[in-house]
Amino acid sequence: MEIVGQLQKQYVDFINSLFREGYLDDQYVQLQKLQDDSNPEFVVEVVSIFFEDSEKLLNDLASSIQQQVVDFKKVDGYVHQFKGSSSSVGAQRVKNACVAFRNFCEEKNLDGCSRFLNLVKQEFYLVKNKLETLLRLEQQILQAGGTVPLIE
Amino acid sequence: MDACHCIEPQWPADKLLMKYQYISDFFIALAYFSIPLELVYFVKKSAVFPYRWVLVQFGSFIVLCGATHLINLWTFTMHSRTVAVVMTTAKILTAVVSCATALMLVHIIPDLLSVKKRELYLKKKAAQLDREMGLIRTQEETGRYVRMLTHEIRSTLDRHTILKTTLIELGRTLALEECALWMPTHTGLELQLSYTLRHQYPMGFIVPIQLPVINQVFSSNRAVKISSSSPVARLRPAGKYTTGEVVAVRVPLLHLSNFQINDWPELTTKRYALMVLVLPSDSARQWHVHELELVEVVADQVAVALSHAAILEESLRARDLLMEQNVALDLARREAETAVRAHNDFLAVMNHEMRTPVHAIIALSSLLQETKLTPEQRLMVETILRSSSLLATLINDVLDLSRLKDGSLKLDIRTLSLHVLFWEALNLIRPIASVKKLFVTLSFSSDMPEHAIGDEKRLMQVLLNIVGNAVKFTRVGSISISASVAKSESLRDPRAPGFFPVPSDNHFYLHVQVKDTGSGINPQEIPNLFTKFAQSQSSGTKNSSGSGLGLAISKRFVNLMEGHIWIESEGLGKGSTAIFVVKLGIPGRSHESILPFVPKVPENRVPTKFLGLKVVLMDENGVGRMVTKGILMHLGCEVLTVSSGDECLRVLIHEHKVVFLDVSLPGIDSYELSVRIHEKFSQHFSRPFIVALMGNRDKLMTENCLRAGMDGVVPKPVSVEKMRSALSELLEHGLLLDS
Repeated sequence: MEIVGQLQKQYVDFINSLFREGYLDDQYVQLQKLQDDSNPEFVVEVVSIFFEDSEKLLNDLASSIQQQVVDFKKVDGYVHQFKGSSSSVGAQRVKNACVAFRNFCEEKNLDGCSRFLNLVKQEFYLVKNKLETLLRLEQQILQAGGTVPLIE
Repeated sequence: MDACHCIEPQWPADKLLMKYQYISDFFIALAYFSIPLELVYFVKKSAVFPYRWVLVQFGSFIVLCGATHLINLWTFTMHSRTVAVVMTTAKILTAVVSCATALMLVHIIPDLLSVKKRELYLKKKAAQLDREMGLIRTQEETGRYVRMLTHEIRSTLDRHTILKTTLIELGRTLALEECALWMPTHTGLELQLSYTLRHQYPMGFIVPIQLPVINQVFSSNRAVKISSSSPVARLRPAGKYTTGEVVAVRVPLLHLSNFQINDWPELTTKRYALMVLVLPSDSARQWHVHELELVEVVADQVAVALSHAAILEESLRARDLLMEQNVALDLARREAETAVRAHNDFLAVMNHEMRTPVHAIIALSSLLQETKLTPEQRLMVETILRSSSLLATLINDVLDLSRLKDGSLKLDIRTLSLHVLFWEALNLIRPIASVKKLFVTLSFSSDMPEHAIGDEKRLMQVLLNIVGNAVKFTRVGSISISASVAKSESLRDPRAPGFFPVPSDNHFYLHVQVKDTGSGINPQEIPNLFTKFAQSQSSGTKNSSGSGLGLAISKRFVNLMEGHIWIESEGLGKGSTAIFVVKLGIPGRSHESILPFVPKVPENRVPTKFLGLKVVLMDENGVGRMVTKGILMHLGCEVLTVSSGDECLRVLIHEHKVVFLDVSLPGIDSYELSVRIHEKFSQHFSRPFIVALMGNRDKLMTENCLRAGMDGVVPKPVSVEKMRSALSELLEHGLLLDS
């Protein structure tokens, strides 16, 4: 149907732009591959858990940086976790920001850390936004009776 | 009465006296007239007379004188005045001319005299030329003699003929009475009479070489006149006392090495022979200079001829020697061929006859192993199997070595999988390694290709040999195997400076290093390691199983693969490192296209071999946990997820085939966990595979994981493909590597 075609095209353009701009990487495609009839909501589930975990992590990060005496090891630990989960999902920019963040943690550079915390947060909300849009599009396609095109 | 105006004669007319005067005058006139005629006649006849006008003058003088005398005839009687006038005129003329002539003669006579002088001079010169002509002729004759002599001498290369001919020809040319040649003896201290012309003196007579007369002759290259009483000149038998003059000349005996083309080696030859020439005693002949020169020239020519003769003798001797050697070599070659044939026949027999029973033993023992046996029986069968395997290996080793030696071994080139090769090797040594509690690690470099082209079996043999040695000689510790693509700098072995491998488009060089913490090797023994059958004496006798051929064969194989193998060790007890580099082909770029592999399973199918595979996944990170679980489930596994080490240990049962541990999170000691998993399952027959999921590719961490007993590492984030291939490799080969 036409709407499906339009929606699909919209979807494809959008997701390609996400790849181009580095918001998502190949890992996301892997997740999509895992979604099949036995596991139809896989991607949504993973992404939801990602959002939950990340919010929690960001809070923890913010509070640990605001301490009097900053425990950089702990901060590093959180960032490490964040990096792990973002890379599992394919949130590339978040992951890269985490990698840089970790350097500041190693250097025990408080100023850098707080700057990068903001950056990471920024990136996270950006990608969250994008992912939500993407998933909404998928839903729409599915509701319209079409199938989500797989990007190689 | 003087009417006739006559003139009276001066003197009184004495008739007789006047008559005589008259006659004399007449004859004088006659003579005076005939002399010029004669002069003219003879001068006309002679071709050369430079003074003709003198002649004229002289002739006219004489003519006039004659005229005067003639006219005088008339004055004896009465004569007229005319006659008197004529007479007077004649006399006056005569006077003039004669005076003139007289004056002229003053000039002419010295000239004439000098002509005579010149004539005498010319005569002298002619005589001199004559003499010189005679000399030249003599010299030419001498030259002719010399040429003839030389020709005679040089027309033969036989020493005796040369010398004999020389003496004969010299004797003939110079008409000698005796001619003799004294040669130095072997000691060089004496001269021995070797050749004479007339054989009138006994041969073999010896004279010491240090006589002054001999020194005198030897010190100059000219022919020297010597006294006929000197010992060398006493060539006549006793009784004849008088001999002619004697001349002696030295004949240099040139050695081959003394030959210089451009100059006679005056100073370097030491050995001379002495030639003595005696003129006949009954002729009063003296030695002339040209004869002496002839003798000198002949002596030189003889020297040359003798040297040529010596060279010829030398070369004939060398040729004979060569022929003998050729014959001997031929014989040796035939013998060697026979030996080789015998050897090959022996090998052919051994190949079949010995292998058959051994293989039978091995096969049947393996079959026996599969049946129900009591523990003692099982132990016995295992021993039989081990021993016969060893025997088979020994036989194969020896056969291989002989084939390698005679070059008949050819590599069996086909496509092989490097990863598979290494896993299989590792699988084979794993049992022993784990019994000895040795940690074995294996790592590949990132640029190592999966497939290569080479002789799989032989490469495996080399690898097994090296790794087997490492395991054998390490009591405690670890063995690490690393394989990479060789770069030029890393390939230099100081002991093999000639090895410069150059990778090309079709080939690359595989660099394998096996490092162990074992008993090490004495650096002095390292060169002997690759020698056949040589076992190090100091490593103790407990490890003396094995033929000692392993390294020798490995080296041969490595060389066949255009590579190099060497061992480094810092000393006893300090472990050792064995490194080998071999040349392998790059698949896809050369013409080998044999792929012994099954084509890949298409992606969409769920691989049935993983269906129901029970695995445990430990990951603290929720997202990661979920993703990995999804992947594993997608592949058909039954996944149990845990989020802590303790939980992991609790739920792990032996039905779980694989445990995935996320090691990227600090705070969880995955290594300790791995060790505890090992412990948990140490009583069991098998334990689950332990795989680390690693976020950052960290070589050190990888090594630590492997050292802690994990079976492999998979990088995070995991992809379906990676997980699939990891699981396949794990299940098939029991070991996993990060790639």
